[in-house]
Amino acid sequence: MATIIIPTPLRRFTNQQSRVQSSGVNIKESIADLTTNYPDLKKNLLDDEGKIRGFVNIFLGDEDIRNLQAENTSVKEDAVISIIPAIAGGSGLDDINFSKEELARYNRHIIIPDFGIDAQKKLKAAKVLVVGSGGLGSPVLLYLAAAGVGTIGIVDFDVVDDSNLQRQVLFGTESIGKPKVEAAKERLQSLNPHIKINTYNTQLTSVNALELIREYDVVADGTDNFPTRYLVNDASVLAGKPNVYASIFQFEGQVSVFNYTNAKGETGPNYRDLYPTPPAPGLFPSCAEGGVLGVLPGIIGSLQANEVIKVITGVGEPLSGRFFVFDALSFETRVLKITKRESTPPITELIDYEQFCGVKSVQKKIKEISVEEFIQWKESGDDFQVIDVREPFEYEDINIGALLIPLGAITSRTSEISRDKKVVIHCKVGGRSAKAVQELEEKFGFDNLYNLKGGILAILQETDLLDSQL
Amino acid sequence: MLQIDTSIQNELIRDSLRTFPDECCGFLLGRETANNRVIEEIIIVNNSKEGDKRRRFEITAKDYLKAEQQADEKKLTLLGVYHSHPNHPSIPSEHDRVVAQPFFSYIIVAVKENEFVSLQSWTLNDNFQFEEEDVLIKTIIPTI
Repeated sequence: MATIIIPTPLRRFTNQQSRVQSSGVNIKESIADLTTNYPDLKKNLLDDEGKIRGFVNIFLGDEDIRNLQAENTSVKEDAVISIIPAIAGGSGLDDINFSKEELARYNRHIIIPDFGIDAQKKLKAAKVLVVGSGGLGSPVLLYLAAAGVGTIGIVDFDVVDDSNLQRQVLFGTESIGKPKVEAAKERLQSLNPHIKINTYNTQLTSVNALELIREYDVVADGTDNFPTRYLVNDASVLAGKPNVYASIFQFEGQVSVFNYTNAKGETGPNYRDLYPTPPAPGLFPSCAEGGVLGVLPGIIGSLQANEVIKVITGVGEPLSGRFFVFDALSFETRVLKITKRESTPPITELIDYEQFCGVKSVQKKIKEISVEEFIQWKESGDDFQVIDVREPFEYEDINIGALLIPLGAITSRTSEISRDKKVVIHCKVGGRSAKAVQELEEKFGFDNLYNLKGGILAILQETDLLDSQL
Repeated sequence: MLQIDTSIQNELIRDSLRTFPDECCGFLLGRETANNRVIEEIIIVNNSKEGDKRRRFEITAKDYLKAEQQADEKKLTLLGVYHSHPNHPSIPSEHDRVVAQPFFSYIIVAVKENEFVSLQSWTLNDNFQFEEEDVLIKTIIPTI
């Protein structure tokens, strides 16, 4: 009879015995004899087909039977057989599987020798938060979705504007007026239905940033202003997540990977090591103010997506500790070295970044009215003007008889806007009209403007105004 | 209820921070009474996983056998396994579950770089699902 040594976790199935006797000419028979005598052991040792489970190791003496003749290894009378549970685990990956459709879709990744199925699994397991779905966010999101990043979060509070389409290739004419996160999700989900898209139609703030970023493995910063850039950086550092950064202005683009921890456990520099303090307000205008060549975010955002993929898969050398600069006019590129600065004070909490960057803290709240109030005004015979800031083609499609002044023309046609009675401004869903109100108040001192919440779509849903030909 | 004293807790945290961003792993030795498990010492084991140690750990069969022998020699019981989750909560993954053993306590230590986040312990129930186990951290009052 051979002796079988039972590991501690299984002894409750053998009446607490650590050594039991078993007969059989080979391992298979010995284990069968053991499970006959102690039937409760069976489900822990054997699978449904009666084979020894993958995470159970059987040793004969001090040799793994996988190195002998496996289950057919012969067992002598005085043999000592040890059952050793595999002790393993971790934060997951082996449970990642692909459907036939996914394998076909990702084939050109999987066949790259240095990439393969393992890197593709890492992509599927990864969660990436993309902050901003504009010029940079468009290529980043398109390529990450196409590459098969399993979970993508998108933060953006803006709506699609016609002036976005010159560079934000994620959107089409039909997206104008829609919240960007919604239009983005639709487009990405049609590009790749095998991934999960989480949308956050909100501004990233010191209040919500940490909670959001903690849910993800990697952050991709595609924002266009300094307060959010510092916020994304600081929150990434506090949450211990790599921050793949890019920015563009007019003809120049920049890329880097911040707060990246390499295989040796060394964490690279972050944005504050590069720029400890923000530039004077107004020194670097945003794209909205300074303009940008439309193709530039396409180039730079694609490089940013490439770095996100490298960080996730561990393939190649991420752009950590280095800073890439591209000049589209001269076609010159430079890679500058950046290091952690001793003098950079440690980041301990999130602050008020608008104050830190010296920009106005909040945009003035504009007056709004709901569809319900709008109807009340109408019915009570109030005298007020209604202006539609959508495009002519949208107006032709459907309208409520308002004066048409497209958003782009609003500042040059202010003489047509009444100053002595209430003016309701609307668009498709309320985003463009809010911009119009803001601009008219700031630059022309209007104080009689009301933004129609939900736009013409809300009117369509909530009333029969259109049928009654208002 | 799983009882550990602060010095054991500190050893677990130290090992988790030392190996960051990789996962650390090891064994828990102690005594068991009807309702209580008291961890008296830990055995730190090399993470033998080839490849991505940031997300995975593995203990060789030889290290397992050694741990059983040590427990025997010290008249203690091998009560479980600990490992760390760098940049990940102290909640078992599906990967932890499929290879988990009955009876064992699985302590998971969540850490970030230079920072301890949380420690939780889990045991497998009869349906092979993890259930959280209460952990009592005892402060040892030094004798004068």
